[in-house]
Amino acid sequence: MRLFGVIVLLFALLVAWTSRWTVFDAKALRDNALNARPLIAQLHVRRGAILAGDGTVLARSVRGPRGTYGRSYPTGSLFGHPVGYSDVSLGQLSGIERYRNDVLSGQGGSELGSLADQLQGKRQQGDTVITTLDPAAQRIAEQQLAGTGAGAVVALDPRTGAVRVMASTPGYDPNTIGKPGVFRALNSAGSGAPLLDRATQSSYAPGSTFKVVTAAAAIDAGRYTPDSVVNGDSPKTISGVPMHNDLNTSWGDISLSTAMTNSVNTVFGQIGEALGKRTMADYMRRFGFYRRPPLDYPADEMLASGERLNGRLLPVQSPQVDVGRMAIGQDKLAVTPMQMAMVVAAIANGGRLMAPHLTDRVVDPDGRTVMRVAPSVWSTPISARTAAEVNQMMRNVVESGTGTAVQLPGIQVAGKTGTAEIGTLGANLTQPSFVAFAPADNPRIAIAVTVERSQGGFGGTVAAPIARAVLEALLR
Amino acid sequence: MSARNRELLGLIPASLLVTAGFAAVFIQQGSLSNVSLTYGAIFLGLCVAAHVFLRIALPYADPYLFPLVAVLACFGLVMVYRVDVTLARQQAQWFVVALGLFVATVVFVRDYRKLEQYRYLIAAGSLALLVLPRLPGIGAQVNGAYLGVRIPGVFVFQPTEFAKIGIVVFLASYLRDTRQVLVAGARRVAGITLPPLKHFGPLLVIWGVAMLLLVVIRDLGSSLMFFGAFLALLYVATSRLSFVVVGLLLFAGGAWYLGTHVPHVVDRVDVWLDPLDASRYRSTGYQIANSLFAQADGGLLGRGFGQAFLVTPNGGALLPAPQTDLIYAVIVNELGLAGAVAVLVTYLLFVQRGFKIALLARDSFSTLLAVGLTAVFALQVFVIVGGVTNVIPLTGVTLPFVSYGGSSILANFVLLALLLLVSDRARRPS
Repeated sequence: MRLFGVIVLLFALLVAWTSRWTVFDAKALRDNALNARPLIAQLHVRRGAILAGDGTVLARSVRGPRGTYGRSYPTGSLFGHPVGYSDVSLGQLSGIERYRNDVLSGQGGSELGSLADQLQGKRQQGDTVITTLDPAAQRIAEQQLAGTGAGAVVALDPRTGAVRVMASTPGYDPNTIGKPGVFRALNSAGSGAPLLDRATQSSYAPGSTFKVVTAAAAIDAGRYTPDSVVNGDSPKTISGVPMHNDLNTSWGDISLSTAMTNSVNTVFGQIGEALGKRTMADYMRRFGFYRRPPLDYPADEMLASGERLNGRLLPVQSPQVDVGRMAIGQDKLAVTPMQMAMVVAAIANGGRLMAPHLTDRVVDPDGRTVMRVAPSVWSTPISARTAAEVNQMMRNVVESGTGTAVQLPGIQVAGKTGTAEIGTLGANLTQPSFVAFAPADNPRIAIAVTVERSQGGFGGTVAAPIARAVLEALLR
Repeated sequence: MSARNRELLGLIPASLLVTAGFAAVFIQQGSLSNVSLTYGAIFLGLCVAAHVFLRIALPYADPYLFPLVAVLACFGLVMVYRVDVTLARQQAQWFVVALGLFVATVVFVRDYRKLEQYRYLIAAGSLALLVLPRLPGIGAQVNGAYLGVRIPGVFVFQPTEFAKIGIVVFLASYLRDTRQVLVAGARRVAGITLPPLKHFGPLLVIWGVAMLLLVVIRDLGSSLMFFGAFLALLYVATSRLSFVVVGLLLFAGGAWYLGTHVPHVVDRVDVWLDPLDASRYRSTGYQIANSLFAQADGGLLGRGFGQAFLVTPNGGALLPAPQTDLIYAVIVNELGLAGAVAVLVTYLLFVQRGFKIALLARDSFSTLLAVGLTAVFALQVFVIVGGVTNVIPLTGVTLPFVSYGGSSILANFVLLALLLLVSDRARRPS
């Protein structure tokens, strides 16, 4: 009967169209920005927790209405930056919440595994991420930084690359970020940019802390030894412009080691010129400059360090780079605290730079460890011998030089101060910084501290005490 | 095996399905109780009661129709239960009332050929039913279409569901009378066979009524359903394809004109052409866009009973009208393409049995009645499923036996009763 044929045809049309939406166009429909289902689905997933190295809960899921889950951050603003936030109403993620979203939301497993789970009636549940962070030291870092206004502290275990402290002030409370108006307020001008992770996203003129890089390059390239004698008078003409020492002190003929202890600018300016742009560029790259830190953290929440002009990276070989001033951490150098921590961690670890990492391991809901971040050597920027020599020079800085404020009873600390001048000439605005590692003969912690601005403060007086307090918390 | 024993056998899968379905939904809700078994048992009891009645009243009727309806109805009950427990309870009560109406139809319209005597009364009544929702005070506008009549405190009565049966009865009767003249008096004009003008008039009137429906109740789907059934009857009555072609062209022309000139219909057509337009998403496009999103979410095998998202986190409707108009989208979301095809195949089997009854019928009124009822049933499925899948603009008709809705269930059980009556007469040994 022809009529039945027509009806069959019409129904075939229905099947065809249903197939179109369920199979052929399904992916495009699921990804459609108007489709609220993926977001709602996330609300129904019990995300895994994020824990500190000692088991302190940094983020966990809490039951909400109608079978949904919300996110709670028991430590409030303390870990706002490294842990980040996950907010469905904003539709946004940041930090570890974002980088580890796949395992946290339980999408890490195979397609087959999730089908098996579905058949067993298991609800989708995320894995727990256990970090390398240390809450006690993080708290001290935040407290110390809070007194200065804005800044960042990064502390690494140089032997493994584990990030023990990653603090940035001002901070924000991830518990309130989804509340109406809060996100906008945090992003508004005049808020002090609390969402910015100053440890990885802000770059600063490193000042004299960069002399560590220059010294390491000078010795490792075989052109200098710690005992090489250089004239440290002031001023000296570097790149055609006079360079001054602090207080315009003329030091006469001094060793490289003495120049480091007293942070003599003109000596390092001359060394920078003598090494040349190529050698400096080579060693900077080996330490990780000119690319984003190899950290397990969202790429666009990290910044590559190096010379920068108008916000863009400028190769060291560029004619616009003043290599003599770059060698003392000035010129157009823009370096993240994370990058400086990596530099001192490499020196502390006998010249081997371990890849920094925030995640220690991932544990599934049944308690099985499904992923462990093994320590790995990211690069070997300098030889063990060079590292030992720079290590000794940095011990001298703390023992008898500009960094005595970091001294800890019973623990030998190696460090380097930095005080970059910012703002207009004569405004006396500085950017104090400090890098260090300890114990010097068997380093367990490498640290970088940057304070965003200070009225006439020095690395040795403003940043060094912060480093001291955090080192003490981590080593005792 | 006798027809009735086959029918009894056919009821077993239906009762198993309803029990398994309820059990699945209960497991999803985390509390498997004996309520699922109770629902299954009550449903099975009702089916057996109806079966025993058929054994006595219509021993020769088609044995497959009733089990197919039972499968659809219990499947619908499970789906409605999954959407809203309270509605499912009401739906179950409507089933009891509908079975009562079913029995009453079989008993009181036993000689359905007597309906022919009242055909103009039935036609007038049906048209009145169709216009009813437009009358001020009692009409209820749903999504811009006038499909309901609000009976305060009871429910929203949907007259189209009953009007479709009345109009089929009228058309079957009218065409039985005029089919001879329509064929014999036909002339060929420019290679197309046209019926004689004298009888062409009434056909034009019916076309006009369909167009009027489009304007009055503002519903392309209903009008497509009625006019499609009319064309099916016209074709069976006259065996002239050309009549159907002319009818289709007239309908297409009218629909095109209205689709470009009547504002409400224009809106519908715009949404149909681009269902995912962002500027309409918050208003007219919300329903169809979310229907498509829900289907995409279902995929090949679906998310499983109770797993589709029907409400937003703040309690708003994510998928509007999930228990009525968009129930097919919920089916696809939870059971996937596979489940949806199974449902469509069940409908096709019903339609096949309906046409089989028409073939076996011994008089032309019976044949036309069976064809008309089956065609209008099939077209209703096409209109709502086609609307939900955006094959045609979305309209608010129910998915027969599956959607929640008292009028729909009552009317469709009357339709079933008429088909079984025709079948019993056709297969009765003389």
